[in-house]
Amino acid sequence: MDMDELENIAAHEQAREAQYAHRVRVCVATGCLSVGAEAVQEALEHHATPKGKHHCLVMGVGCMGLCGNGPLVSVDPAGVMYEKVTPDDAPDIIDSLGAKPVARLQCDTNAPFFTRQVKIVNENSGIIDPEHIESYIAHGGYSALVKALTEMPPHDVITQVMDSGLRGRGGAGYPTGLKWSTVAKTPNTIKYVVCNGDEGDPGAFMDRNVMESDPHRVLEGMAIAAYAVGASYGYVYVRAEYPLAVARINKAIRQAEKMGLLGNNIFGTSFNFNVEVRLGAGAFVCGEETALMASIEGKRGTPRPRPPYPAESGLWGYPTLINNVETFANIPPIIRNGATWFASIGVGRSKGTKVFALSGKINNIGLIEVPMGISLRDIIYDIGGGIPDGRAFKAVQTGGPSGGCIPAEHLDVPVDYESLKALSSVMGSGGMIVMDDTSSMVDVARFFMEFCMSESCGKCIPCRVGTVQMYHLLSKFSNHQATQRDLDTLERLCDMVKYTSLCGLGQSAPNAVVSTLRFFREEYQERMIESEVAHG
Amino acid sequence: MAKTFKIDGMDVSAADDQTILQVARERGIFIPTLCFLEGLSFVGACRLCIVEIEGNPTPVAACATYPQEGMEVYTNTERLQGYRRLILEMLFAEGNHVCAVCVVNGHCELQWLAEKLGMTYNTLDYLNRPKQVDASHYRFAVDHNRCVLCTRCVRVCDEIEGAHIWDVMGRGIDCKVITELNQPWGESVNCTSCGKCINVCPTGALFKKSKAVAEMEKDTHFLRYFSTIRAGGD
Amino acid sequence: MRTQSPPIDPPSDDKRWRIVNATMRRHGYMPRALIETLNSVQQAFGYLDEDALRYVSAALHVPLSKTYGVATFYHFFTLKPGGAHTCVICLGTACYIKGSADILQALSDHFDVKPGQTTADKRLSLMTARCIGSCGLAPAGVMDSVVIPRLTAAEAIAKVEELVKDGHG
Ligand SMILES: Cc1cc2nc3c(=O)[nH]c(=O)nc-3n(C[C@H](O)[C@H](O)[C@H](O)COP(=O)(O)O)c2cc1C
Ligand code: SF4
Ligand code: SF4
Ligand code: FES
Ligand code: FES
Repeated sequence: MDMDELENIAAHEQAREAQYAHRVRVCVATGCLSVGAEAVQEALEHHATPKGKHHCLVMGVGCMGLCGNGPLVSVDPAGVMYEKVTPDDAPDIIDSLGAKPVARLQCDTNAPFFTRQVKIVNENSGIIDPEHIESYIAHGGYSALVKALTEMPPHDVITQVMDSGLRGRGGAGYPTGLKWSTVAKTPNTIKYVVCNGDEGDPGAFMDRNVMESDPHRVLEGMAIAAYAVGASYGYVYVRAEYPLAVARINKAIRQAEKMGLLGNNIFGTSFNFNVEVRLGAGAFVCGEETALMASIEGKRGTPRPRPPYPAESGLWGYPTLINNVETFANIPPIIRNGATWFASIGVGRSKGTKVFALSGKINNIGLIEVPMGISLRDIIYDIGGGIPDGRAFKAVQTGGPSGGCIPAEHLDVPVDYESLKALSSVMGSGGMIVMDDTSSMVDVARFFMEFCMSESCGKCIPCRVGTVQMYHLLSKFSNHQATQRDLDTLERLCDMVKYTSLCGLGQSAPNAVVSTLRFFREEYQERMIESEVAHG
Repeated sequence: MAKTFKIDGMDVSAADDQTILQVARERGIFIPTLCFLEGLSFVGACRLCIVEIEGNPTPVAACATYPQEGMEVYTNTERLQGYRRLILEMLFAEGNHVCAVCVVNGHCELQWLAEKLGMTYNTLDYLNRPKQVDASHYRFAVDHNRCVLCTRCVRVCDEIEGAHIWDVMGRGIDCKVITELNQPWGESVNCTSCGKCINVCPTGALFKKSKAVAEMEKDTHFLRYFSTIRAGGD
Repeated sequence: MRTQSPPIDPPSDDKRWRIVNATMRRHGYMPRALIETLNSVQQAFGYLDEDALRYVSAALHVPLSKTYGVATFYHFFTLKPGGAHTCVICLGTACYIKGSADILQALSDHFDVKPGQTTADKRLSLMTARCIGSCGLAPAGVMDSVVIPRLTAAEAIAKVEELVKDGHG
């Protein structure tokens, strides 16, 4: 395999698709599948066949974003999108090809939901067929890997990633280029590259989408990283609760191996890179990097103190690069288009885009990709279409169990790592849950504490016992039985658990309480026993 | 190459393989510990040995942290004292420690720490989760109510005795030390009955059946011979 | 590297052990294959019983307590067989905000079974999940591996009634 062959495959695939007068794409990612996309695809294929060989190509593709209105179907070249499609709609859709679109199913692609998004990570999502490597290659896939291997020495690749300003999308926002250079500099003949696809944040499904809709992009990003840091072995750690993502990544690995894009002597160079999938088995804490490595080693997924960081001593003691799915997914476009291009998107120290899973009490539920620096207000009211049922916005929760609740008065804050942190929240992996005035913030804090409590690995005392204590106290508030002393103890525990826990889970477990106490303290006070409030 | 740094304002130096805790102990500076035991690998789990480092908002575990050149370490600030007392309160609230009827009363590390760190009363609610006592072994018994999950027994059995009878099951507040497939200890065919776990247990969770209240002392001298041994991965 | 064949025979001549053995063989019977192997037992048999844990421990040279520790750490593994039918209610954030906890409570009351457990007649396991990735369709549930979007309590009870009533399973 070389650049010419890759271009041939791309040209061949483009020509194959171009043979058809129309291309009908059906989302077959988890969201749409669960509301019957498979039957829709079959019905469309069934009705398309009699129209002749090259009339219309029905493709199963990845997520188109508006998951709340699935199953979604898009038609090319007409450029229309249909929502809530049923198999019964198939004849109308096929008959409308080349004529007027089916008005009753059409969704407005000029709406801000579509126009205000900027797609880098999801550029292929909803467009290519994730089960065909040719489809990815036809859209520029693997050209970044060829470019890196044949035109760039490893340190140039690292420089590009550094200059792009890309920061980790798994939560903490550590500069990706810096992490790569640390691993590259650590001398060892054996190194590993690990992709963190554990995505434990309940209410977030960005990484699942990338793996389901564009799995090769993740592999290409990992291969480029492996080349840059000098690794020849990689793992994709995916949670077992994502069977479709697991299947698609596995299929993608086999396809890439067959074409010589993974394996030994890639593109005829001396670079080898072999990838395997490892399944997570239902433990949120395994998203934490040291726990994840313990899990890959076949052990209980309990974190260990850092340093040493994985970059120095990771899997089986070897230097290991761990990045998030979305982080790797950003790599191919950065290598293809250059660091300057990437750095021109976003604000300040937060470059590029971020994918969010928008859900809760909001009109447009689904996946969005927006440039860093966009305001929360634009996301919620413009892209998200506001709050349903005429209710009032109350708070938006970002960062999942490690994050916080941001109230209405801070809606104009730009979405970037530093601004969110200043509001006692975090960028996190990309869960964004909108709450209206019917949500009790004490209950929300209790919900997240319950999550942390049941996901605590139990290794260290502050998190193991502290989360239980805080949960009991929050329950007292929920039941209107709390006292001033309980409030004091709660605040004391928040501080102590945050600063003494061993890993990020415990260290961030109090965040939901801290942020709701900061912005919605009156809700706690309302739930205290009357006489206590008077005294306190 | 030796590193120089400061502990509580005192200039100290550390060899490459020395943790903050080891240097402090060499200099006679007291840092409370519970999960740490010289001669076993360290896990940094109990968090009692946390120390503050100038410029770092989050304290670190002294038993699991190697000093860096120029570091300024503080071992006993008011903030740390508060955190440590709260950790102990958490342990007393989690388990069921009735010292008056315990075989190690007077020889218990937890009891000693509570006294030393001035934990006089508990500000937390007791969790009231009564646990089992397993007395099926012919010589030893385990009372899970007194277990602080320090995993010393797990490590000594694996790293020194090489039997790996013990491990931890479950997670979070449901964690529990188990013998083999969570069976009665007496049914374990691989247990060598060496008693090492009994001796490293900091509390009365593991004890000899023949002892009466306050009669049992722990003997860890065997660890000195093994203190150079470090367990590797799998 | 360890031996290339399992040192002991599987607990029974059930054909599903071949899948498990294939997993162990692929990993050269290394102890590190423990989770992968337990995953394949869980998928092949639906749960991990004592025989399975003993067999896997022996074949991979992993201490029994370590295997048990791993099997009870990960919630994807179960040590007991589930009921004939399974109803999973998502308690992820998106679903919770839209009231899934009430749906779970209603099911639990109606069928007299605690979340995470199986009814006395072994017909139904009521389970919870932390986000099944269908947040767009919240509150969501999974009934015998079919995702049911936008549930209400009444609907959930009716659907589960239907599930457990039919003669199969
Ligand atoms: C409790 C906990 C859970 C985490 N879960 C995830 C996760 O699901 N996915 C992820 O990519 N990173 C997760 N992280 C962050 C990882 O530890 C790690 O920082 C990240 O994978 C590094 O990749 P990045 O630099 O590309 O973000 C988690 C961290 C903690 C403390
Ligand atoms: S903070 Fe919680 S999850 Fe992390 S090591 Fe401690 S107990 Fe385990
Ligand atoms: S039994 Fe003793 S040694 Fe073992 S974990 Fe519990 S307290 Fe520690
Ligand atoms: S002694 Fe250091 S954490 Fe327990
Ligand atoms: S929160 Fe229920 S499907 Fe994601």
